[in-house]
Parts: sequence; C-alpha cells; structure tokens
Amino acid sequence: MAATLPPPRLLPSGDSAVTVEFSRTIDDDANQRVLALDKALAANPIDGITETVPTYRSLLVHYDPGKIGFDALGEKLLPIAIQPPPPVTTARRWRIPVAYGGEHGIDLEDVAKALNTTPDDIVARHAGGDYKVAMIGFTPGWSYLSGLDKSLHMSRRQSPRLLTPAGTISIGGVQAGIQCLAAPSGWHLLGRTPVRTYQLHRNPTFLTEPGDRVTFFAIDHKAFDELDRAAEAGEIVAEQVVA
Amino acid sequence: MSRLVVASIGPASSVQDGGRHGAQRYGLTVSGAMDRLSLAAANALVGNEPFAAAVEIGPFGAAFTARDGAVRVAISGAPRNADVAGNPVAMDASVTLKDGETLTLGFARGGAFTYLAIEGAIKGEMVFGSLAVNARAGLGSPYPRPLQAGDEFSVDAASGAPELRIELPRPVSGPIRVLLGPQDDEFDDANKALFLDSEWKISATSDRMGYRLEGPAIKHLHGHNIVSDGTVNGSIQVPGNGAPIALMMDRGTSGGYPKIATVTTADVGRLAQTSAGTAFRFKAVSMAQAQDEARKFAQLVRNLPDRLRPADGVALNIEALSDANVAGYAVSAVDAGTWQVTAEP
Repeated sequence: MAATLPPPRLLPSGDSAVTVEFSRTIDDDANQRVLALDKALAANPIDGITETVPTYRSLLVHYDPGKIGFDALGEKLLPIAIQPPPPVTTARRWRIPVAYGGEHGIDLEDVAKALNTTPDDIVARHAGGDYKVAMIGFTPGWSYLSGLDKSLHMSRRQSPRLLTPAGTISIGGVQAGIQCLAAPSGWHLLGRTPVRTYQLHRNPTFLTEPGDRVTFFAIDHKAFDELDRAAEAGEIVAEQVVA
Repeated sequence: MSRLVVASIGPASSVQDGGRHGAQRYGLTVSGAMDRLSLAAANALVGNEPFAAAVEIGPFGAAFTARDGAVRVAISGAPRNADVAGNPVAMDASVTLKDGETLTLGFARGGAFTYLAIEGAIKGEMVFGSLAVNARAGLGSPYPRPLQAGDEFSVDAASGAPELRIELPRPVSGPIRVLLGPQDDEFDDANKALFLDSEWKISATSDRMGYRLEGPAIKHLHGHNIVSDGTVNGSIQVPGNGAPIALMMDRGTSGGYPKIATVTTADVGRLAQTSAGTAFRFKAVSMAQAQDEARKFAQLVRNLPDRLRPADGVALNIEALSDANVAGYAVSAVDAGTWQVTAEP
C-alpha cells in the first residue's frame, strides 16, 4: 500500500459546495490529484454530490445539504483525497490546427519583440509544446493548458481586451489557452483555431476534457477558412491521437 | 394550443427555470432564475413543477396578450401593479387571460424580478435539462436571448381551473446571511470586519452575472491574484479595486479573485431582489445554521402547493401577523413555521 499524501484543505464555498484545495499555486502534482479525485468520485459516487468542477489546484464539489452535511461529506472525501493519484496511462491527445499571426494573432509580433526573437520562433516554441488540459472554465469550452514553454511565460496585458475572437489561441502568465467563444481576455493573442471546443448541436458538445493532452500545428490562413467552414457545419477538425 | 405574445417588455427579461446542471466542468454556467422561491411560487399557482420554465421580468414593465384561445398565468416576485383591461390583478395569484386579453405589468415597486408562470409551462428545446437563457453561450429556448416585443410562446389552452392565490411567508428584511470563505484567509481580521460591519449598496451596473457592491474598499493580505478556482451562486469575490462582486446565476464557472464569503442558499434570492441603491448589510452565520436554513428553504419550495388557497378565500391570519409584529420576532422568509396560519380558512 503506497504512502498517503498530505490531506487537502476543505474550504466551505457556501452551504452547498466545498472546495477541496490541494495547492495554492499552479502545480502539476496538485492538478493530478484534483483529476484523480474527480475520477474517483465519478467511479464511486458519494450520495448527495450533485456536480464536480476540477480546476488547476482544487476540486469544487457541489452537494445537496439535504442529503449530506459538510462534516459528513468531508469525512468521506478525505480518505479518497489522500491517496496517491494512479499513473495516467492513456490520455486522449488532440492535435489542434492554428493560424498564427496577422489578423488571427494580433499580439504575435509584440510578443516576439518583448522576448527579443522572431514571430516564427514564437510559433515554433508554442506549437512545439506538449500541453495538458488542466481545467475548463470561465466560459464554455475555455481550456486552460499547462505545459507552456518557460521561455514564453510573460505577465498578462496591462489592460484586458473587452472582446477577443472565438477560437483564440493565447498565452498568459504560465498558461496557454484555447478559447471557444468570443470573450474578454487579458492574455496575448497568438493565433486562432477553427476547432470548436464547444458546439451545441454536435456530438460531443464539448470536445476537450480535463486531463486530455494537446499539441498544436500551424496552418495558413486559407486552410483556416476551409476548416472553419467545416467546423461550422459540425466537423470536429481537430485530429485525435489515441495513445 | 394557445399563444402568449409578448406585447411589450423591458431589458433584463428572459426565460428562466431551475438552471443547467452538470456542465460547469466544461465552463457552462448554471443560469436559471435569480429568485428561485418566486419562480416556484408562480409555478405552483398554475400547477407546474417548481422550477419549470417561466418568464423572468426585469425591473421595467411588460405586457402579454393571449391569442388563439385563453391562457392561464400567475405572477410572483417583485411587487408591481398589474391589470387586465383595467381590472387589477393581484401578485401571488393566478389569472386567466381570455383570447385577445392583455396582462399589463408596471415597474417593480421594490425588488427587481417578477416571474410570470404559464399553465403547462414554457415549452422548448432543453440543453442540459434546461431552457434557461444564457445569452453569452447562445443558449436558451425558445429564444436564446433576452425577450423582445413580438416574441411568443406556444402554450397549453387554459384548463379553466379556479383561480388561486398563495400565502407566502412574509419577506425577511434582515441582513443577507453569508458563510465566510473559501478564501477569507486572504483578508486580515480588520478587513473581514469591515466587510461584515459595513453598509453596502448594489451598483446600478449589476446584472445576472454579478452584483457589484458599493461600500468601503476591502484590502487583500497578499494581493488580488489567486489561481483560478471554482465559483458558486453567491460567491463574493474581491477584485483589485477592493469593491466586492457577488456572483449571480450567469457567473463565470471559475474566477481568479479571492472570495471572502458566500451568500447562503436561502438568501441568494433575497440578494437578487435587493434593488440597486438600497442599503443592506451582511451577517456571518455558521455552517450548521446555513445548512439548516438551506434544508428549510428546500422544504418551503417543496411544500408550496400546501399554501395555495382559493383566490376569493379568506385572507391570511392578520391577527397572528400583528401579534408577532408586536412581539418583534425576527421573521425568517425561509422558515415555513414562522408564519404558520394557525386556523385554516
């Protein structure tokens, strides 16, 4: 039996949810534990839990206080949460096409300048990365990725943009992201993907899951337009690689 | 089938129900009625499930016309003048509109949201079990956006059932109850006290996503950036400028500002119905208290049909009400027992 890990903090998020916090910082080990607890609860549901929301460092557990109280739920969660996460053997991998720069990535030149290099080099570093979907949040399908090359870590924009386009591929701080819907953002916009991580009348409605692996590849703007039309018609247009 | 046509309607009005559950892990927020008790009361009056889809009407006026047959409806929530062809219609009561008749609603006279439930409920295409409008995600049925004049609903023809009223517990006027956390340790004692002891007002720029609170600036211990984590209805986050925002039904599912406190389930609807500019306070309660109130709130919603009365029946027990007023009881809107009418009419 493997040694157990330090217990997470159980933080009340009101009377009907608890934040199971494994770390205060972005930490891949903590994220593994979040996803492992999420999986364990899906496999062996605790009566009273209504919904779980994995994030970088904590699992938000919604529950019905008519079925289970805060203390009783905590007692059931902790023994599961201190188990070492099982090694991830098979993760889905998505290859996501991106049209970098120009009208689709209006910050690419500025990012290159700020990092004393060329736009092509930024594209190579971004597309060369091996990413993991750490969480999905904020707006439907917005996939937050860990695994951004350290040389691309840079603080967010001083003033966030009120609207950035659907499909935006961006970086902010230590994170990379795939944004599905048009939304405000303070991140640096490197490109756009025709892939919809959320599309209502498509099966599946949501493409990415926390824990999925992601890589990017560059496409030209003409290919973007073609794939964008196909995606609008309901095609997935991302390539799935099964390990 | 009859039709109910929106003859006129103000902004911030949309179809809402109990909300969309199970997809917050994909960034899809819950949405649903801002004041679930009023939604459930309106639905009870026309025999619908508590959280069936109804029209959430914002602070301005609205008018609805029955076409191709009679339509039975009910209103509950923020009080306002209502009439059909000049005849007054009571709040917390049902009314049947004959073919061609129009129900006209005035501005909210306090509070913000009034619910118009339709017998047989609003019909549409459910996504994640809900018709609730979430305009940002393009969701909601039959219209994935706020309502406009000319919109219409295909509805059941009125059943001809006798009209009902509902005896709701008297509204609470005390502080909005909160549980501290999840990130109250990002604030020192002085700032937690400042949050709990100050008078707050809701800014006019508030919406279904969040209520901005006007009051003293709350300072963080370690700055305002935390690693994004999950939010709930009623999370009170404090951004860099120190002005708290209570996250409401169209909130982002995750957020990166410290959350000092969370409004209790029983009081989220009360906060939603607090008009912009009205002064109010928060009060911290224990987990045991908050969960007890949440259970009572669920029970109140479940048992709403027991509170239905014939529309022309005897009024509620005025004596019991005035007795309690003299005694100065703290009245709880969520405690079904507080205003129990001892002798049923």
